[in-house]
Amino acid sequence: MDSTIALILVQDGIVNGAIYALLSMALVLVFAVTRVILIPQGEFVAFGALTLAMLVNGVVPGTVWLLLLAGVASFLMEVFAAWRSRRYRAIPKAFGLCVVYPLLMMWLVNSVAATQLPLAVDVLITLALVVPLGPMLYRIAFQPLAEASALSLLIVSVAAHFALTGMALVFFGAEGWRTPAFVSGVIDFGFTTVSAQSIFVVATAALLILALYLFFEKTLYGRALRATAVNRRGARLVGISTVMSGTLTFSLAAFIGALSGVLIAPVTTIYYDTGFIIGLKGFVGAIVGGLASYPIAAAGALFVGILEAFGSFWASAYKEVIVFTLIIPVLLWRSLTSRHIDDEE
Amino acid sequence: MNRIVLAVFIAILGLLPLVPATPEFWITQINYIGLASLVVIGLVLLTGVGGLTSFGQAAFVGVGAYATAWLTTAMDMSPWTGLLVGLLCTALIAFVLGAITLRLSGHYLPLGTIAWGLSLYYLFGNIQAFGKYDGIAGIQPLQIFGISLSEGRDIYYLIWALVLLAVWATHNLLNSRPGRAIRALKGGAGMAESFGVNTAAYKIIIFVYAALLASLSGWLYAHMQRAVSPSPFGLNYGIEYLFMAVVGGAGYVWGAVLGSTIVLVIRDQIQSLLPKLLDTTANFEMIVFGVLVIIILQYARDGLWPYVAAPFRSRGAGTRKNVAPPPDAPALARRARPATGATVLEVDAIRKEFGGLVAVNDISFKVRAGEIVGLIGPNGAGKSTTFNLITGVLPATRGSVQFMGQSISGMLARDISRMGVGRTFQHVQLLPGMSVLENVALGAHQRSNVSVLSGTLHSDRAQEAQLLHEAARQLQRVGLGDYLYEQAGNLALGQQRIVEIARALAADPVLLLLDEPAAGLRYKEKQALGEVLRQLRAEGMSILLVEHDMEFVMELTNHLVVMDFGTKLAEGPPAEIQTNPAVLEAYLGGVEEPAHV
Repeated sequence: MDSTIALILVQDGIVNGAIYALLSMALVLVFAVTRVILIPQGEFVAFGALTLAMLVNGVVPGTVWLLLLAGVASFLMEVFAAWRSRRYRAIPKAFGLCVVYPLLMMWLVNSVAATQLPLAVDVLITLALVVPLGPMLYRIAFQPLAEASALSLLIVSVAAHFALTGMALVFFGAEGWRTPAFVSGVIDFGFTTVSAQSIFVVATAALLILALYLFFEKTLYGRALRATAVNRRGARLVGISTVMSGTLTFSLAAFIGALSGVLIAPVTTIYYDTGFIIGLKGFVGAIVGGLASYPIAAAGALFVGILEAFGSFWASAYKEVIVFTLIIPVLLWRSLTSRHIDDEE
Repeated sequence: MNRIVLAVFIAILGLLPLVPATPEFWITQINYIGLASLVVIGLVLLTGVGGLTSFGQAAFVGVGAYATAWLTTAMDMSPWTGLLVGLLCTALIAFVLGAITLRLSGHYLPLGTIAWGLSLYYLFGNIQAFGKYDGIAGIQPLQIFGISLSEGRDIYYLIWALVLLAVWATHNLLNSRPGRAIRALKGGAGMAESFGVNTAAYKIIIFVYAALLASLSGWLYAHMQRAVSPSPFGLNYGIEYLFMAVVGGAGYVWGAVLGSTIVLVIRDQIQSLLPKLLDTTANFEMIVFGVLVIIILQYARDGLWPYVAAPFRSRGAGTRKNVAPPPDAPALARRARPATGATVLEVDAIRKEFGGLVAVNDISFKVRAGEIVGLIGPNGAGKSTTFNLITGVLPATRGSVQFMGQSISGMLARDISRMGVGRTFQHVQLLPGMSVLENVALGAHQRSNVSVLSGTLHSDRAQEAQLLHEAARQLQRVGLGDYLYEQAGNLALGQQRIVEIARALAADPVLLLLDEPAAGLRYKEKQALGEVLRQLRAEGMSILLVEHDMEFVMELTNHLVVMDFGTKLAEGPPAEIQTNPAVLEAYLGGVEEPAHV
């Protein structure tokens, strides 16, 4: 291998790594706030990519049906909870968010699908369709189990991944999709050339990370989530509700996932089940960060991206093996540097 | 399971293939259920009992299947060699994976197994010798005593004999000395360490146990199917095995068989019915299983087995009082005790800082054999922290602790416990789902050496009888002889504290550390407890006691150490402490008379 190839591989690795970094941060966030290991994170990536690809191609994406289905299920659970507690005040709001909104979106998408819209508008529609799935997933699968053991939450998380992957096949079909590049052209740095698309992806990821940083540092809700991550009970005592923090966290996770999907769609062909593997690579990054540190998780994810790029060059059939076995030395290192007997919650 | 129901179940199971009218398809389906049950029984032990989990069990099935497939086809070896090699490889992989991940907190094992499950699938699919994604075909059928098991109806018996054996072995294991330690892993690991249980080792053991069952299932699968390919060993199948455990009831060994049956029947129904109803290639069973597991975890966290078993449960569960105690057995060996008056515990200037807070500030005191020393002070004085420093639950910032002339500073809680330090906890740490007797028998863990293997094979009965007899003796001694078979969680809080004392006594300690033993007791119960402690002292036991009931403390102790804000305020005989002005000022708020605090 010469240095040109190496530079191209590093470039590829950084582009994918930037996306894994976004995902790993979402995973760390969700775990810290809700103790959920969000295996379905990858599904949001696939949903984002597939929705955008279908919109660009003038097809009504299956997401509109998925949104309606999830909305109706959430609404029914709200009604059931309200009936059990005899408190019906929240019902109209839930009806608006879970039933009216998906119907509106369905009407909107159906009426504009055939027209060629600017890419940016398609991205906005995509986010409007996919992001609400996050809080709905929380409502349906996790909110009733907020006090359950981390193990139960993990199993529910895997179950949700199973169900969502199955539904993705129903609503999106088995076909793979790709979207056009957001920006075209090549920038010459002298020692190497970089496609504008790559720069766009990395810059967007960096901006998003900055925005998340500002959100957590400067806003009330961001601080509320951080407080919940440090001490759930303490946060509740000062009025930060578990449901609010869970809903907000899952919205953020869905947003990050969908946006990652939008960013990766021009680079990789996405199938209904591709998201899982992409999400898991974010996990490897998150584990490097010990499911606790954002910057280390992001650095780990970048490393995963680069390792994957070189892996596919040297031994493409084994690239997944290489990436997922990376977890073992990382775990070994963590294992040797920690000493405690844990009592399972 | 009720014995009669079990006999009927086995009889039906045995007769099914003999009836010619039984459709071949049923036999195949029941064979698959048996293969899955083997895997899921391991997951019950791992997940339902041990509180750990793995999504990679299908990969272990794959190791067992590929080992025998490759050895019997390419290497021309016997299936028995294949079985042995498969089990060895599995044990090795599981041991390494477990050793790496199990020392970390809960989620690293499942994440590690996801990664391992995925990697192995890609690995199988890329190795030339294993036929890449096509796999290996033409595997010979098994032969036992010259009988070929090539027909589904023949291998059926081998599969189900092994399933029943696995159920039996797992039941045995759970009701043995190692089994009690395993049952303590979920929710009582810290406590178990304080009774000499090496929890990390037990975690690895159950992970390897579950992996071996999976590997056995893979061996059967390869010889039944006569071909292997990577897909049934992928991650999704690993997840399905876990779903079977959850659906059936992860806490019950029979739940494994039930869960496997339900999941496989549903899958078959969906796969055969759906194409007739809808023109679709969709993977509806994934949606159904996902939703089913979410519903079960939300509304029936223990799975479906309790509902199935409820009609058969023996009546009269409320009359446990009348069950006879375990039969007499030879007493367990007791450790050598120091002569009365010899120094047992010497705490020298120990200190604990939590960040900037000095919780224990250079505390020193001694406990002699045959002496009850009270450690008193207001809430937050650092008494329980001192306990945790002595017992090795927390590492001290500095200072030293000597026990029987030997330094125990920096030692692990379980090693300190093995030297003869027994303790109770300020917040009761019993295993609420286990009987009182079993909870106390866990205390005697270190006094016996029943191995996992002997527990599994039921060859531990003599030692088990000794342990249970000892536990019953200690419970009778503290006055709880009527509650041996009650679930520990059903006792009143005061009684639970007394169970903790019995558990500590079952460890045959030289030094007993009691953290607020009288809290929550009524007057009569306190008097009885005081009597027990006096009697123990007369036998030469050393006791260190934290207690807020001053009357109880003053009447009982030989020596008092008073702490306030982490610092030792005074030390001396109770009568002297009662009149010590500094103690009265700080501890009793300047009140003239000693009061109940």
